[in-house]
Amino acid sequence: MTQQTAESPARKQRAQLKVRTLRTDRWWLAPALTFAGLTFFLIYGFWAIFDKSYFVEPYIAPFSSPCLTTACPEGARLFGWAPIGDWFTLPPGLIILGLPAGFRFTCYYYRKSYYRSFWLSPPACAVGEPHKKYTGETRLPLVIQNVHRYFFYGAILIGAILSYDAILALIHKPAGLGTWILLVNAALIVLYTLSCHSCRHITAGRLNHFSKHPLRYRAWTFVSKLNAKHMQLAWASLFSVMIADFYVRMVAKGVITFPFA
Amino acid sequence: MSYKGKFRVWRGEGGEGRLEDFTVEVNEGEVVLDVIHRLQATQAPDLAVRWNCKAGKCGSCSMEINGKPRLGCMTRMSTFTEDETITVTPMRTFPVIKDLVTDVSYNYQKAREIPSFTPPKDVKPGEYRMQQIDVERSQEFRKCIECFMCNNVCHVIRDHEENKTHFAGPRFLMRIAELDMHPYDVADRKDSAQEDHGLGYCNITKCCTEVCPEHIKITDNALIPMKERVVDRKYDPLVWLGNKIFRR
Repeated sequence: MTQQTAESPARKQRAQLKVRTLRTDRWWLAPALTFAGLTFFLIYGFWAIFDKSYFVEPYIAPFSSPCLTTACPEGARLFGWAPIGDWFTLPPGLIILGLPAGFRFTCYYYRKSYYRSFWLSPPACAVGEPHKKYTGETRLPLVIQNVHRYFFYGAILIGAILSYDAILALIHKPAGLGTWILLVNAALIVLYTLSCHSCRHITAGRLNHFSKHPLRYRAWTFVSKLNAKHMQLAWASLFSVMIADFYVRMVAKGVITFPFA
Repeated sequence: MSYKGKFRVWRGEGGEGRLEDFTVEVNEGEVVLDVIHRLQATQAPDLAVRWNCKAGKCGSCSMEINGKPRLGCMTRMSTFTEDETITVTPMRTFPVIKDLVTDVSYNYQKAREIPSFTPPKDVKPGEYRMQQIDVERSQEFRKCIECFMCNNVCHVIRDHEENKTHFAGPRFLMRIAELDMHPYDVADRKDSAQEDHGLGYCNITKCCTEVCPEHIKITDNALIPMKERVVDRKYDPLVWLGNKIFRR
């Protein structure tokens, strides 16, 4: 078949409206808020990853957990391990950053949000995009988005570690405000991870005969219910992890000092 | 309660045309299609508009109202203020035949390119035995009324005419998902979804879901699950290895 360009005769058979959109509502608000929210998270994440006040007994900041080098304080190490040794002198958070960052970057919800708000492809429904060509996720680099399920496996690990951190805090300081902030954060992170579309597919989405796999079908039904709230969980966990991380750093720096901190 | 509503309606043939202003009577309880019909009856007898059931079930009166793809028969006038000018244009992705009527044959062409339901050779008609839970995913997609608003709003072809040759649009990628999830369909649809029907072009911005008048979760329940099935086939070495070892 012949390729048709934007100026092809076929294109000119469409209604020749010379405006980008005829929408009269505030279609720009959602992408603008998304842009602001994600940019804020990136700036905070950049600051947090290089900040050294990430541990105060019994709290460890989520952006720096698990701490895997000998540079980490004894109590901050996961199960007391330091498998990376002392050769790694950069901030410990950099070692594990790739897993949660990759999980969110390739997440189907976040893809929608940044394709709309950063790449304007499209900025909103029925609003023209500025790009002349579009190949989507058919070729490099965006075809790499298909590795999302591998990041999901990594994110399960991170969710388990953050839950372990929160439970440790609960054992050592049950009345601490930080404990409860870490617990809520761990719960939201785990729920967001389980609500992932890849998780839904892995539980039973790939099957065509649910009736032959009743347990997997029940798991799929549960994940499907969570999946319907994936966007809400994505934002809730994004803010909870920032709030929990900031809180622990403020306690570690001595900025927050009240008795139940 | 009636009032004089301000309308701007696209008039023209084959792409050439203009927005024309009209002032039309609007009565309580009416929808946009009612007003378009009054316009036809009183001021513009040659105004072309496709319609049929007036109940949101035939998918004929797809148009763009204030820039948003909507069914004319399901868009209540009470959702607009009385002093608002309502702009009505044809679907922007398809060629215009006349005024609000577009040529949607692209969609029929894409429908023909998808192989039909393919049961196993040893199962005869009347021998199919399926449980409800095995088919209810596909049944959601059968609610489609073929208004083609999902294909109209999809930026892959709305903004890039050149992609029409190799992209089936959400409507027909959903059809592929429906068949691929069917317990008795044995055709291989994963490779063709990606290679022939352009599933990889979808960047899941969910506009198809937003405009669907049947509220089908096209992206979450059809396109993303289909993308994940393609990942199983083409991009996941562990699944490939598992299939080899267990001869699935």
